[in-house]
This record gives sequence, C-alpha cells and structure tokens, in this order.
Amino acid sequence: MEYAVAVQELTKRYGDVIAVDHVSFEVEEGEVFGFLGPNGAGKTTTIRMLTGLIKPDGGKALVAGYDVLRSPVEVKQRIGVVPEVSNAYVDLTAWENMALMGKLYGMPKQKLRENATNLLKEFGLYEVKDRLVRAFSKGMRQRLLLCMALVNDPEVLFLDEPTSGLDVESARLLREKIAQYNRDGKTVFLSTHNMEEANQLCHRVAIINHGRIAAIDTPENLRARSMELQYIEVAFNKAVNARELSENPSFIKAVPAGNKLRIYTADPSTVIEFLVEYARKNNLRVLSLNTMMPSLEDVFLKLVKGREAVTQ
Amino acid sequence: MSAIVGQLKRSLVIAGKNVKIYYSKGPVIVFGLVFPLFLALAYVVGRDLPLEEVLPGLIGMTAFFTATSVGPSIAPWEARSRTLERLLCCPVAPWTIIAGDMLSSFFFGFIISAVPLALTLALGVQPLNFVALLIGLMIASLCFAALSVLLSAYPPTDVPATTMMLSSLVKFPLVFISGVFIPVERLPQWGAAVASISPLTYFTDMVRQLLINKGFYPLALDFLALIAFTAALAFAAIKLHEKTLARRLS
Repeated sequence: MEYAVAVQELTKRYGDVIAVDHVSFEVEEGEVFGFLGPNGAGKTTTIRMLTGLIKPDGGKALVAGYDVLRSPVEVKQRIGVVPEVSNAYVDLTAWENMALMGKLYGMPKQKLRENATNLLKEFGLYEVKDRLVRAFSKGMRQRLLLCMALVNDPEVLFLDEPTSGLDVESARLLREKIAQYNRDGKTVFLSTHNMEEANQLCHRVAIINHGRIAAIDTPENLRARSMELQYIEVAFNKAVNARELSENPSFIKAVPAGNKLRIYTADPSTVIEFLVEYARKNNLRVLSLNTMMPSLEDVFLKLVKGREAVTQ
Repeated sequence: MSAIVGQLKRSLVIAGKNVKIYYSKGPVIVFGLVFPLFLALAYVVGRDLPLEEVLPGLIGMTAFFTATSVGPSIAPWEARSRTLERLLCCPVAPWTIIAGDMLSSFFFGFIISAVPLALTLALGVQPLNFVALLIGLMIASLCFAALSVLLSAYPPTDVPATTMMLSSLVKFPLVFISGVFIPVERLPQWGAAVASISPLTYFTDMVRQLLINKGFYPLALDFLALIAFTAALAFAAIKLHEKTLARRLS
C-alpha cells in the first residue's frame, strides 16, 4: 500500500519541552485524515514538520513519497497548505496572490490562468479578484487561502484549523469543498478541534495530546471503543433523587441534565429494566427514555482528560 | 542544474512581489529616497569642490543608501504578516527567498543610482569607461543589497523598525569611513586601513578612477574586492537567515 503520508517516530523539541514525542502514523491515499487535539498538543508543530517548514529533531516522514528532511522542495511541489493563520498578501489583489502561488509552483501561464479562474469562480471570489485582500472579510480570506493551496492541484492537502473563527456559511462552504476535493480522489490531512467537522469529514482520526498519539481509528470505532461512555437519558413526570439511583451497580454514574437524568452505563438493557421497575414502584411515569452512543467529543475528552471529564 | 535555474526563476518571482509590496512602504521611501537626497544636498551645497570631485561621492552614497533601504524591512514584515510561512510552504528553498529579497533591494539601488549617473553625463562629465562604470554599479548594488539582507537576519524580529534602526547603526559609520567625504588617498594610514574593511570604499574608489582618473587602489582590485564582498555577504546572509527562519515562524 502506497501511503500519502507515512510518519515514523517523528519528534520535535523546543528546549526542554517535547512538542511532538515519537509520533507514528500513516495516511492512505484518498483518505481524509483528522488530527485532533487540544491547544498546544502538537498539531501545528506536526503539520509544520510534514510540510517542510521546520526540521524534526528525530524520526522520519514521507509525504507524497518523498522524505521531508531530504527532499523538502519535492514534497512542497506536491502539497497544498492552508495554515492556521490567514497569510495571503493583503497588499496584493486576490488574483495577484493566486498568480504568485502559481509562479512559485512553476506552473505554465495558461494552466495557471485556467486553474486560478476556475477556483476563484468556484469559491465565489472571481468578481472580487482585482480587489486588495486587505478589504476581504475573514471568510473571504479563508476561501482565498484554500484557492491558493489548490492552485497547483496538489496530491495532499494540509489544512490547519481551516474553519476556526469562520461564520457558519463560510465554514459550511469550506467543508463542502474539502469533501468534494476528497471525492476527486485527493488526500486531506485536517487538523481541527471541531469534533463535528472531524466526524463529518474524516475517514480516520488521530487524537494527539501532550505531543503523543492517544488513539487512531475511524470515528465509529473510536466511539465503539468507549462504550462505557454510552448513556441513557430518562425523564420522569416528577423529580427523582439522582444519588439514590446511583447506588445501582449497573450505573457508572447518574447526573442530572436539565429535567432529565443522564445515566452512564456499560449495560443499557439492565438499566432500562431497572428504570421501568423503579418507575412502577414509585408511581412515576416515564416521559422519555433514550439510549445515546458516545460522541466523538466524549471519546476525545476521555482520551485527553480522562473519563471523569466526560461524565461530569 | 535545472533545479537551481528553477529556484533562481522563483527568486525573480519573489523579487517581483517585493517590488510591488515594499517599494512604496514608508520606511523604504524615507531611508531609500528622502534621506539620501537630503544627505546628498548637504554634501554638495556650499562645498567649494569641482563637480568631478563631488560626483563619485554622490554616486557612491546614492547606490549605498538606496540598495540598502529595502532589504532590512522585508524579513520582519513577512514574519509579522505570516506571509513568510506562506512562502516557505511553497516549493522554494530558503536561499531562494533570500536571493529574491536581495534582488529586489538590488533593483531599487541600481535604478535610483542611475539618476546621479545620468546627471553626470548630462553635466558633460565623460567617464573613461562607461560600460565598466555600469558593471561596477551593478556589482556594488548587489553587494549593498546582500549587506542589507544580512542586516535583517539577526535578531529574528518581526518589527521592521528594529532592523531599520540596527541597519542604520551599521550603515552610517560605513559611509563615514568609506572615502565618500574624503578620498582614501587623502586619509592617514590608519584611516585607509579602516576604510579597507568597507565595500563602499572600493565602489567610491572605482567611480573616482572611472570619472576623474584618480584612485587609491588598482581598478581591478576595486572590482575583485566588490565581487568578494558580494559573495561573502550573500553567503553569510543566506546561512544566518536559514538559522533564524524557524524562530521567525513561532
């Protein structure tokens, strides 16, 4: 199997701090790979090493078949990057920014003009192509950054928090375009702390914390691995004492959630039987009862902060 | 070889971008045009010197100040606006970016210096060898551009004013020791020794030789010294920037 990205024991230190600690993973061709982690977990440092911006202190990384340490220019020729912070040239127009990128990728003039026109039209920026980027809104700048990253038709697209701080409409457009780009067979490496975004877009997700990979799997498998985080949400017609219910051995924890009671359990059927019996004995009526699977956010919180953070 | 040619082409693209963005920035106009203009006026007006004696210093000073005015500001500006990260994400080597910065500084210096050179011809002063003078001006502009980019390498700040100030601290003493105001042949021995450490000395000496046939060093030595300074300064600028680039990204 040819990997779009193959990372072995990648390490980066800043003084005494290990920002990325012997990280290993592979991204398959045509995959959307999510890279989740809290702030300071090592996401941006990893992306910067994979895109040849900074040199790793140890380990090896191959991107599009090239070693990032030995052949950084060959790697960069085959990738597109949307960094965390908007960095188009604000003193240039959108078209000049696109032309600059195309020329730096050594694209032939005709191909550059064609790609830039198509992308700017696709992202709704063609009408403002001759306007200075300084006058663009954050959403427009972010769309332009994606256009700039795609102008050379890259094999692998690296996105560092691409929808962070964007309005709903722009964020949705960007997600749609990323999904579309992937449907065309391209590989996407997406760093985000937006769980819903990762859930919607990613085939697999790696969770990084304190510079180390805590888990790598599909969002579904990650959720299945954390079945103790599934819960039952029940509403009775009268208030009940959560502490009294917590004494049941099938319960991991029972916590009030508005007018409902949220019961974390590894054995939902026993708990449902218990709740029905409890309602009958105490003359209560069950208004609603739902079994909820853990969300990716729950899994993330469990891996990053421990189970207690999820069930609190 | 084709890889190097490809990178050099990208240096020109980066230089073109710098021309569009940085030539009109305030500090570049002030340090590259306004300031040398007034310094030149102060140097020329009221001095009882024949025109031929004044022109070499004027050309030397113009080339030096203009070619060193763009370089110091680019790296901190690019770091501050995060566009340095954008450039480094592209398939360009760090030296390609530094070379692009040098070229944009060089173009600014060379084009503006053509003005006093044209003035020289307009005033009827005929150089002994105009082509040699033009080539010398090109090498000198490139040399001063390399110096200016070197001056922006350390500290790796994102505040343009800091590098502008630090580069001024180096540039002004260099002008005063370089035979611009007093030709090297009229300096005491220790003064000539100090002057020999400045690349501007060799350019001013070269212009004097080519305009009025007076000079301290042999003409070939002036050319060789300028080429050697250019190579050394460019090499140092690339190496130092390569070392500090990562710190500008954080």
